Amino acid sequence: MSPLKIDKGSSSHSAYDLRSHMSDAIETHTLAVLVQNEAGVLARVIGLFSGRGYNIESLTVAEVDHQGHRSRITIVTSGTPQVIHQIKMQLDRMVPVHEVHDLTVEGPHVSRELALFKVQGKGDHRVEALRTAEIFRANVVDSTLESFVFEITGTPEKIEAFADLMRPLGLLEVARTGVAAISRGT
Amino acid sequence: MTRQMTGAKMVVEALIEQGVDTVFGYPGGAVLPIYDEIFQQNHIEHILVRHEQGAVHAAEGYARATGKPGVVLVTSGPGATNAVTGLTDALMDSIPIVVLTGQVPTFMIGSDAFQEADTVGITRPCTKMNWLVKETDHLASTIHEAFHISTKGRPGPVLVDIPKDVQFATGDYVEKPRAKTDHYQPRIKGDVETITALVEAIEQAERPVFYTGGGVINSGPAASGLLRELVDQTGFPITSTLMGLGAYPASGEKWLGMLGMHGLYEANLAMHGCDLMINIGARFDDRITGRIADFSPNSLKAHVDIDPSSINKVIHADFPIIGDVGHVLEDILRIWKARGSKTNKGAVKNWWGQIADWRAINCLSFKNSEKTIKPQYALQRLEALTKDHDRYITTEVGQHQMWAAQYLGFEDPNRWMTSGGLGTMGYGTPASIGVQVAHRDALVINVAGEASWLMNMQEMGTAVQYRLPVKQFIMNNERLGMVRQWQELLHGERYSHSWSEALPDFVKLAEAFGCKGIKCDNPDDLDEAIKEMLAYDGPVIFDCLVEKHENCFPMIPSGKAHNEMLLGEADTQGVIDAKGSVLV
Repeated sequence: MSPLKIDKGSSSHSAYDLRSHMSDAIETHTLAVLVQNEAGVLARVIGLFSGRGYNIESLTVAEVDHQGHRSRITIVTSGTPQVIHQIKMQLDRMVPVHEVHDLTVEGPHVSRELALFKVQGKGDHRVEALRTAEIFRANVVDSTLESFVFEITGTPEKIEAFADLMRPLGLLEVARTGVAAISRGT
Repeated sequence: MTRQMTGAKMVVEALIEQGVDTVFGYPGGAVLPIYDEIFQQNHIEHILVRHEQGAVHAAEGYARATGKPGVVLVTSGPGATNAVTGLTDALMDSIPIVVLTGQVPTFMIGSDAFQEADTVGITRPCTKMNWLVKETDHLASTIHEAFHISTKGRPGPVLVDIPKDVQFATGDYVEKPRAKTDHYQPRIKGDVETITALVEAIEQAERPVFYTGGGVINSGPAASGLLRELVDQTGFPITSTLMGLGAYPASGEKWLGMLGMHGLYEANLAMHGCDLMINIGARFDDRITGRIADFSPNSLKAHVDIDPSSINKVIHADFPIIGDVGHVLEDILRIWKARGSKTNKGAVKNWWGQIADWRAINCLSFKNSEKTIKPQYALQRLEALTKDHDRYITTEVGQHQMWAAQYLGFEDPNRWMTSGGLGTMGYGTPASIGVQVAHRDALVINVAGEASWLMNMQEMGTAVQYRLPVKQFIMNNERLGMVRQWQELLHGERYSHSWSEALPDFVKLAEAFGCKGIKCDNPDDLDEAIKEMLAYDGPVIFDCLVEKHENCFPMIPSGKAHNEMLLGEADTQGVIDAKGSVLV
């Protein structure tokens, strides 16, 4: 509410129609964007999201074809179907963008994330942490007498679940890469 | 065999190869090598503006009046930041311009050097594409690529940032045919199946309307020709956005006039009541649609646009057609004719009967005065006295702009340059200069308000220097007219800062610039004064003192539907009801 007690959505006082036109449910989509690997291309893509008010839940980027100067950006985003459609259209018309794939609608796909967990603990907590890590197939990549660093890969849900279990066991720090995703089959 | 030359020489060489005849610019430290090359050649004329914003708007005016990209050359730092408004304006209105900026030497980038700004960072959101060229070997190909991207697909502004050491260094010149362009080839042919479905709808429609926009103009004169053929052969009514005026002639019998917030009654009601809306090269801007939920509720909608992101952005399209307007129109005509050129003649005739009733309202009528010049009257007289000239009109932004769109008639494309999407006050004067540079012998008039005009009046210096006889027709109401109108209707007549208490004497100002000043405040003298303006062989500043409190009608208040438009002062009572007075 503004100081003038104007209901949000009322627009008789404004040059803009403030009401949301689509009350559709929010969907989460994973997009794979193949771009020319050139200076500023990531800023261009991120600028599109911030400039137009779209969400980024996760973003990863790395060069995937050194000779062809191609990078792959994996973006997990959320919005109404209309917004998701706009995001894809807006990405696709950018000059350095070669391909846009909506993995969520194009068929089954695999999403993976890598995370590093630093866990501090002694005695039973330490043993329990190690046992849980084994169940989740996490690797120990660093160890001191009072701490472990676990490396785990999996879906974001699996990593969340692992974090939940580690928290009471002395979780100190988490580093996550964000989602990389690819379609199943050929 | 490759030719070796300095980066600065490459810039000039590449511009010549691209067929550029005019550059609008302003020199500075970081572009001195390029200016040195410009000095030593005769192929390209450089127009020295007075402010970099003026250079970009002039290039926009040039581009819109010729269909060719406008070219700008400015220095680093403030030169580049001053260009930002023009770039944004060109992006919103899809105008092809190529802006070349100087930059501090590569080894100083990031050091907060003198006149350093992160030009590609600042202009990334307001260009279609931009580049920082770090190697002289890449410079020529980047400039060629810039022209390609600016003009292909949906046109727009591009920017090439060139560090000073890159200008001095020597490298290989890449010729236009060898430059990289194949990665950007937007689709221009529309999907034939969808076009055929649209043709079927055209054959059956009972209440059709064409709604056309700037895309028709951008597609080129041939597209306007095809549009005229399609409209005249189907006999369907046609309306246009502010950007699309001139694609179909104002004197054409199917012409309904402009639509939108200040569009004509018959145009907006036809949009509201139609059963088939054929959008060709327009983008359902909020000035057009009004309240989305009630926008043309009972129609099937076709949308032809070269930019896929425009389709289904605001309004759902039943016939989405991605392609260049000219190509799609050609296909529509071909398929429609092959199927026998059918329309639902009886129903369309009834539809025209309905439209005639709306037209009879005569929504552009106004109460004239014998004592003061009404702005509408001023434009009617301007129209009557100039319509037979080889005429180009630019405008500033505000009430005068809407009145110009309502009362002036455009018979051809590329004759009307106005800042539509961004609404940039200060656009018209430099744009008129750009138009006049392209058409030296034509009559170029900037229809202005005094407040907008003051924003880039320094460009009169440019007009005088290059003997560009632009006519600045200032409708002076000593107010920010459109702001004042909104304050009256929606903010309880509290006129917060919507007038200037210290305006210049425009006639003396004209004399100070070295051009002619004319002042007129009496309707009886107006015709003679306009004739005097037209007869003068040089730039004129015409101070037309008009009624100070005139409101621009028709008007669809923001957030209202097309059928809730206000036709005149009497209608405004309902806008500010008891609830409204709390708001205002």
